[in-house]
Amino acid sequence: MSLLTRNRGAADPPGTDGQRGKGHLRGKRALRSKTDLRSADEIRADRRRGRMGYWLILPGFAFMLLFFVLPVFSLLATSLYTKPPGADVGQFVPALQFSNYTAVLGAYWPELFRSFGFALVATIAALLIGYPMAYLVAVRLRGRKLLQGILLVLIIAPFFTSFILRTQAWKQILADEGPVVAVLRTLALLPEDGRLTATAFAVVCGLTYNFLPFMTLPIYANLERLDTRLIEAGNDLYASPFQTFRTVTLPLSMPGVMAGTLLTFIPASGDYINAALLGNNQDTTMIGQVIDSRFFRVVDYPGASALSFVLMLAILALVFLYVRRFGTKELL
Amino acid sequence: MRQTIGRWLVPAIGGLAFLFLLVPIAYVFAFSFNDAGRTNLSWRGFTLENWQNPCGAPAVCQALGNSLQIGATATILATILGTAIAIGLVRYRFKFNATANMLIFLPLATPEVVLGASLLAQFLNIGADLGLGTIIIAHTMFCISFVVVTVKARVASLDPKLEEAAADLYASPMQSFWRVTFPLLLPGIVAAALLAFAMSFDDFIITNFNSGNVDTFPKFIYVAATRGIPAQANVIGSAMFIIALLIVIGGQVLSNRRAKMLAAR
Repeated sequence: MSLLTRNRGAADPPGTDGQRGKGHLRGKRALRSKTDLRSADEIRADRRRGRMGYWLILPGFAFMLLFFVLPVFSLLATSLYTKPPGADVGQFVPALQFSNYTAVLGAYWPELFRSFGFALVATIAALLIGYPMAYLVAVRLRGRKLLQGILLVLIIAPFFTSFILRTQAWKQILADEGPVVAVLRTLALLPEDGRLTATAFAVVCGLTYNFLPFMTLPIYANLERLDTRLIEAGNDLYASPFQTFRTVTLPLSMPGVMAGTLLTFIPASGDYINAALLGNNQDTTMIGQVIDSRFFRVVDYPGASALSFVLMLAILALVFLYVRRFGTKELL
Repeated sequence: MRQTIGRWLVPAIGGLAFLFLLVPIAYVFAFSFNDAGRTNLSWRGFTLENWQNPCGAPAVCQALGNSLQIGATATILATILGTAIAIGLVRYRFKFNATANMLIFLPLATPEVVLGASLLAQFLNIGADLGLGTIIIAHTMFCISFVVVTVKARVASLDPKLEEAAADLYASPMQSFWRVTFPLLLPGIVAAALLAFAMSFDDFIITNFNSGNVDTFPKFIYVAATRGIPAQANVIGSAMFIIALLIVIGGQVLSNRRAKMLAAR
């Protein structure tokens, strides 16, 4: 046994643990009890270490405040700007123009709802595909380390090459002269003049594909720790495989499912690469495309900012409701 | 009969899922060998020319150079800032711990469009020129959270007694950090840096909002997608895939060997 793999505290002499107390369990800096017998120098050294904590986190948090927190307020401020009469393109002045919100919501609520709809369908599809995938690798192949390792690398393999190139590849696969359309037409599942590119189906398919690893990995991480004896116990008690799954495996893996659905739904609802490359200009436009074009084509900074802010609030609200309804303590 | 179906259902769906994941990658690979000309949309015949001359479309290499430069700078900045935060948050106690954790978590729970748009609003308000600098700032910002999450797990699994032992042996805080803590954290830091680089290199949405007229590799492909992507982009995408695969396999082999060495001791 090495120092690294040793269970923490296993080799402690008796008595030291009481001194360390709860802080040690949380992995925090210990040795704060009043009864410990340290020299003044040691205590001073400890205090310096305490102050060093602030020096460690200060630069990073300053950066996050400047370039994450402040920009969100900047976004909120910009969303209320107004265009003075006779101003040039892109010239706005600070104001409290709340009508920006009603204007963009009135014009773009279909795109907003469509984004959440597409993201929801893609999340469900990713769950239906990702769960069996994770289950196969984590439970069925348990003990076969090499095969597990290879399949795990395959799950993250899409990350190794460009997101946009892969989406473009989907465009080729689903193209009118591509293999999928040919097969579907032969099977008469698609009418002779039916197509897959530039449809909502293609966009949802692309979203499902691109965010599938985000669904599979957390579920895998969870199922990997599942005690398979619980499944055996279910079988021994005459539960059908489906009953065992529904009453034992699935509830135990809920934290992984929660994490996976959030990690898929959030980026999918804001994504616009899939909609831009695989969709059309009429009935597949997602909110990200609108925000992008409001900023850069229409040069309506307040409107674009208002939409971004609404998107952020809507997602936070949905996530909050979802976690309240299905959440487990482990997630929070 | 029902038993057999149940038995094969999971491997069947799982197998199809793997196919679903890998087919587009195979496409990217295959079309890097396409004798494409200007538009790389349909198969015109096998050639090695694209691989022999990856800079045949000059704009691709220009964009790739920018992406590598941005990725390297943002990775270094985010890894330093994020590692310091991770150590600080695990090893020291703060009054505002919950707020700090929230601040790290929120960028991960915010869609990229919103991150990109809010930074753009900020840059527009202060009148900053969009370009390499603003892209690097944007990438560093979203990479910090990934680094903190990755390194924090490693710090939390590290026995604080090791550092205390170093201190007992009269090592200064600096010495105990560089000789004890840092080497033990290194695998986690390397993993975080690789993740940060991959995120930065592949980012399109946040970049698109903050790049002005600077092209990155993903931005180049996105813009080119309307006219036709040159096969050289597929070559670079495939090469990245191979490099990343080798790094992951190499890392696995290294950590296996390390685990065996430690077990043998």
